[in-house]
Amino acid sequence: MRRFKSGLTTTITWILVLLFFFPIAWMFMTAFKSEADAASIPPKFFFTPTLDQFQIVFDRGMGSFLLNSFTSSIASTLIVLLLAIPAAYALSIRPVKKVQDSLFFFISTRFMPVAASILPIFFILKFMGLLDNITALTFLYAAMNLPIAVWMMRSFFNEVPMEIIEAAQIDGANFRTELVKVVLPIVVPGIAAVALICFIFSWNEYFMALLLTTDTARTTPPFLASFVDGRGQFLAVLSAASTIAVLPVIIAGWAAQKQLVRGLAMGAVK
Amino acid sequence: MLLTKKRALALSAILATSALALTGCSGAGGAKQDVTLTLATVSNPQMKDMEELKGEFESANPSIKVNFVQMEEGDLRAAVTADVASGAGQYDIVTVGAYEVPQWGANGWLQDLTPALKADATYDVEDILPPVRDALSVDGKQYAVPFYGESSILMYNKEMLAAAGVTISNNPTWQEVATAAQAVKDQGIADSGICLRGKPGWGDLFAPLTTVVQTFGGSWYDMDWNAQVNSPEFTEAVTFYKDLLANAGQADPVSYSFTECLNLLQEGKTAMWYDASVAASILEDAKTSKVAGKMGYAHAPTYKTAESGWLWSWNLAVPESSKNKEAADKFVLWATSKDYQQLVGKTLGWTRVPPGARISTYEIPEYKEAAAAFAPITLEVMSSVNPSQPGVNPQPWVGIQYVTIPEFQDVGNQVAQLVADAIAGRISVADALNKGQEIAQKAGDAHKK
Repeated sequence: MRRFKSGLTTTITWILVLLFFFPIAWMFMTAFKSEADAASIPPKFFFTPTLDQFQIVFDRGMGSFLLNSFTSSIASTLIVLLLAIPAAYALSIRPVKKVQDSLFFFISTRFMPVAASILPIFFILKFMGLLDNITALTFLYAAMNLPIAVWMMRSFFNEVPMEIIEAAQIDGANFRTELVKVVLPIVVPGIAAVALICFIFSWNEYFMALLLTTDTARTTPPFLASFVDGRGQFLAVLSAASTIAVLPVIIAGWAAQKQLVRGLAMGAVK
Repeated sequence: MLLTKKRALALSAILATSALALTGCSGAGGAKQDVTLTLATVSNPQMKDMEELKGEFESANPSIKVNFVQMEEGDLRAAVTADVASGAGQYDIVTVGAYEVPQWGANGWLQDLTPALKADATYDVEDILPPVRDALSVDGKQYAVPFYGESSILMYNKEMLAAAGVTISNNPTWQEVATAAQAVKDQGIADSGICLRGKPGWGDLFAPLTTVVQTFGGSWYDMDWNAQVNSPEFTEAVTFYKDLLANAGQADPVSYSFTECLNLLQEGKTAMWYDASVAASILEDAKTSKVAGKMGYAHAPTYKTAESGWLWSWNLAVPESSKNKEAADKFVLWATSKDYQQLVGKTLGWTRVPPGARISTYEIPEYKEAAAAFAPITLEVMSSVNPSQPGVNPQPWVGIQYVTIPEFQDVGNQVAQLVADAIAGRISVADALNKGQEIAQKAGDAHKK
């Protein structure tokens, strides 16, 4: 009975994994099809693979869009970490006054949907001459991710045993040593998790990239959508562009997999 | 405390410097005599071809470079509307649909192209198809020029209809089409007799459905902007469309729009399709279509009107906010000229010449030969539709498958969702149209004098 239950759990897990993975696998397969094969009914599982769609994608200049996405995602993530770590520290380990109010303020900045604030942002950037500017987009992404990063980092800091910090203080560690040499090494998995989530949010951000950039600062998501053709076939070429676009996130997730699992588990324990 | 103040000052200085640097960066530009035009465009085959050929223009005009920014249709609407309405001036040339041109022109967002068109003796503005030209003009001022136009036609697989023992006339009625579709379906010749759009959206479901409504004698509004969505004629048309889909249409119709129906017909899974005339050129492409050479084409089906069919064009316009209007005008005129049509034909192939914009396109011998299957009917239908009164009743706007008021996108989308629910059997047609009537009336009230 126990073996049966274990087998059943494994089977259900595999079914769920395949269910979740199938759309990604299908997109990957479609990227190597011709448009005719991609549109065929019933769908084709066996076909002659071609790299034509990838050629079209790069001929359209995907490199510059990827570069803009990398720049804005990596730089905004670094800015977020730089600001969120000390902020979360001050809200957790060495609490400032009115912690709950501060936390509420941080999260309240996410209450309003971007659609409601996009026009003021648009006019401010227009006034400052910062439309279609990758630095401006980077700072906006940092501002967008900062509240969630502070909340996450705080939950990780809360997991650090106070006894370790007190022991360091007794040994004469000053504030900087306490933060850099004692606390941060413990929350590295948490930092990895926050960094990856901020990177993914920035990488996938669509709305601001569409409205606040045109050409030189445009990122990958609006570029992907530009393959959707209202009067023709586009599934194969869109799949090829999407396959390239998801690779950095998959690679980053895979590279940080160990830290990520520890980090997410860490934040979950209350 | 002192240290904190110092740090605060340093931080302020860094932020101020960064802001200045950012502003400085954005202000940096190339030499003044060189102009780089930014063109926002929909991602369709005609514009991809234009991007491929822009080098010819740049060679002839070495001081002008053109950057194409291709976008999905909905994205283009959002991005370009924000830009032209705010006067941001990020785009020098914009691709605008026939629905927006008269509204944006009247708002003063687009440059009046009439003087530039008249100044160029070789351009021949009279050569632009009259219904298209009318749809792009307000009070005698033309605000955009078309690079591509389309109407809607009935496309059918001749072999399948022959196997079912039915024929389709050149000007069919909807009843004739319904009978043929039923015959194909009943005899199991194809999975469905006809494919029609059912995906909710003013530009999806309501593009063909509005033409059906009009030929059944209905319309969105009367001359006093009273909504007519639950009128007997509108109801009869929607009921007919729903029943046709239920009896002889494709399965799960609410997930079908242009691309899905195109796939179905190309794969031989349906016998007929009523949609954009441009589809014919894709169906006749032997490299990708299994039905090339097997297709027949007919005018849009009718009921109470002599003609039906929509009218749509994608057009190039120059926003008033552009800082490079002169260069932009130059490119717009080049890209929609007769010479450009020749350039496309000679360089990329005659079937790739943008259809539905110029009468002279249909007089080019090479094009007539290459597009013999669908060019004559496209010209016939595009020349015969009447955007000022497409249906039985007069209407206070110019346009066929849309109402030229800013609220229509929202009204059309909401009512399309209700009708899609009716098609899917979730609510009755009467309930859908009664709710639609309320939605449409609110928008209509804003335009009552």
